[in-house]
Amino acid sequence: MVRFAGVGLHYADPPGRSSGAGRAALQDLTFTLPAGSFHWLLGESGAGKSSLLRLMQLAQRPTSGVVEVLGADLSRTRRRALPGLRRRIGVVWQDFRLLPHLTVRDNVALPLRIAGRAEAALLADVAEMLRWAGLESRADALPAALSGGEQQRAALARAVVMRPALLLADEPTGNLDAAQARRVLALLQEMHRLGTTVVVATHAESLVEAFPAPALRLRAGRLMSHG
Amino acid sequence: MAEARLRRPRGRDPLGLRRALSARLLSGLVAAMALLAALAIAGAGGAAGLAARWEGGAAAAMTVQLPAAAAADGRLPRALEALAEMPEVAAARPMDQARLAALLRPWLGEAPALPLPVVIELRLAELPEEPALLATRIAAAVPGAAVEAHGVWVARLLALARSLEAVALAALLLVAGIAVTVVAVAVRAGIAARRDAIALLHDLGATDADIAGRFAARAAWLVGAGGLLGTLLAVPVLAGFANLAAPLLGTAPGTGWQGLPWARLPWPELAALPPLAAALGWATAQATVRRWLRRLP
Repeated sequence: MVRFAGVGLHYADPPGRSSGAGRAALQDLTFTLPAGSFHWLLGESGAGKSSLLRLMQLAQRPTSGVVEVLGADLSRTRRRALPGLRRRIGVVWQDFRLLPHLTVRDNVALPLRIAGRAEAALLADVAEMLRWAGLESRADALPAALSGGEQQRAALARAVVMRPALLLADEPTGNLDAAQARRVLALLQEMHRLGTTVVVATHAESLVEAFPAPALRLRAGRLMSHG
Repeated sequence: MAEARLRRPRGRDPLGLRRALSARLLSGLVAAMALLAALAIAGAGGAAGLAARWEGGAAAAMTVQLPAAAAADGRLPRALEALAEMPEVAAARPMDQARLAALLRPWLGEAPALPLPVVIELRLAELPEEPALLATRIAAAVPGAAVEAHGVWVARLLALARSLEAVALAALLLVAGIAVTVVAVAVRAGIAARRDAIALLHDLGATDADIAGRFAARAAWLVGAGGLLGTLLAVPVLAGFANLAAPLLGTAPGTGWQGLPWARLPWPELAALPPLAAALGWATAQATVRRWLRRLP
C-alpha cells in the first residue's frame, strides 16, 4: 500500500540564505504500511510528520529514495497520472482547508465533482457522508458558521466521500476538545474497520494510549521506531 | 428543488471565479478594445475598397493626344493599331468629339471654331509600377502623341490607401496583443486571489485541464460579452463614418438614421469579433493557468 525505501526530502534554502545543501526535512526513511492497516505517525512539532504526509498524499516528490503509494512509484509516475491516484487518497488537513465560499454540502461534494460524478448521482453519497459525520443539520451552512469540531468532521467527510483506499490525517484533533477529538478518532477508526488504510499524525501521546495501534515515530526527520 | 437550484451555481464554481475574475473590469476593458478593433477592421476594409476602386477604375486609365488632323490623315488608325499590340493596354478607344468638347467647356467655353485634338482613352491591363516609363513607351510607339500619365497620382493615392490598410491591420494586431495582456493579467490576479482553492483542488485530484478549463470558461464568457458590447457600440459609429466616406466611393451620403449606409458595414467581420474575442480569452486563460500549475507537483 505504502512503501518508503531510503527516502530523503530537502527543502531549498530561502532566497538570500543559501547554504547550498538546503534544509533536510526527512532523511533515510524506510518502512512499509500494509493495506488495511492503522498507523499513528508520532513526533514533536517539526519532526517531519507533515512532510511525510505530503509525500504520501503525492503533494511532493522525494529528493532521494523510493516512495511507492497505491502501487505507483512516485519517482517514475508521470505528472499527468498523479490526479487519478490522488482521488484514491483522502486527506484531513490540520487547518481543514474547507473552501469558505462553499456550503458544507458543496465542500463535501467537491471530490465527487472533481472526479466528474453526475450531480444527480452524487447527492445521495454526500447526504450519507453528512449523516455519518453528524452534519446533516449543518449541510447548508458556510464553514465560518461551524464550530472547530464541525469543521473537522466536515473535512473528514470530504476526505472519505470518495471511499479512498488510503486516508491520511494531520493532527486531526489538534484544535478540538477531548469529546470532539474522541468523536473524530472514532470516525477514523470506523473507516479503518471498513478496510481503508489509515495514517494519523499527532503529537498527543494521550490519544495513542486511548486508541492503541502501531506507530511510526519521527525525530528530526529520521524514523526512530516502527511498530 | 428550488433550494438545489440556488445552491448549484456555487457548487459548480468551487474556485469562486465569479468574484475573483471581475466581470465589470475585464468586460469593460475588452469592450473598449473590441470597439477599437471594429474601427480598425472597418478602416482596413474601407482603405482596401478605396484602393480597389482606384486601382480598377481611374487608376487603369491614361490618355493619348494626337493633333486634330490625325483623324483625317490616317494616324489615328495606326495609333490604335500600335496601342492594341502593347500588352499593357487592355483597351484603346478614341473619345467622342462631343464629349471632349463638353469636358473642355468649363475652361474654353463655347468655341466651335477651335480645332480639338484627337484623344484616345486607354484602359490598362493593370496599374504599372512605373507609369512614367509606360508613358514614354507609348509615346515612342505612337509618333507625335502626347501621353498623359495621371496614373502617377493614382499610384500615390493607391500607396496611401494600402498604407492605411496596413496601419489599420497593425492596429488590429496591437489591440489583440493588448487584449491578451489584459486577460493574462486579470487571470494572474484571479490565480493570486484563489491560490489556496486552486492548491486544494489540485490536492483533491483535479487535473490541470480541469482547473485551467474553469478559468478559461469564465474568461471566455467575460471577454465574449465585452467583445459583443464593444461591437454593438461600434456599429453606429461605423455607419456614421461610412456615410462620411460615401462620396469617396462614388455614392451620395444619406440623411437621417435610416439613410445611413448600413449595408456597407463589414457585417461578417463584426459578427466574428465577439466569438474571436472569446476564443482569444479562452486560449490566454488556458495558457496562463497551465503555466502557473506547472509549479505544482
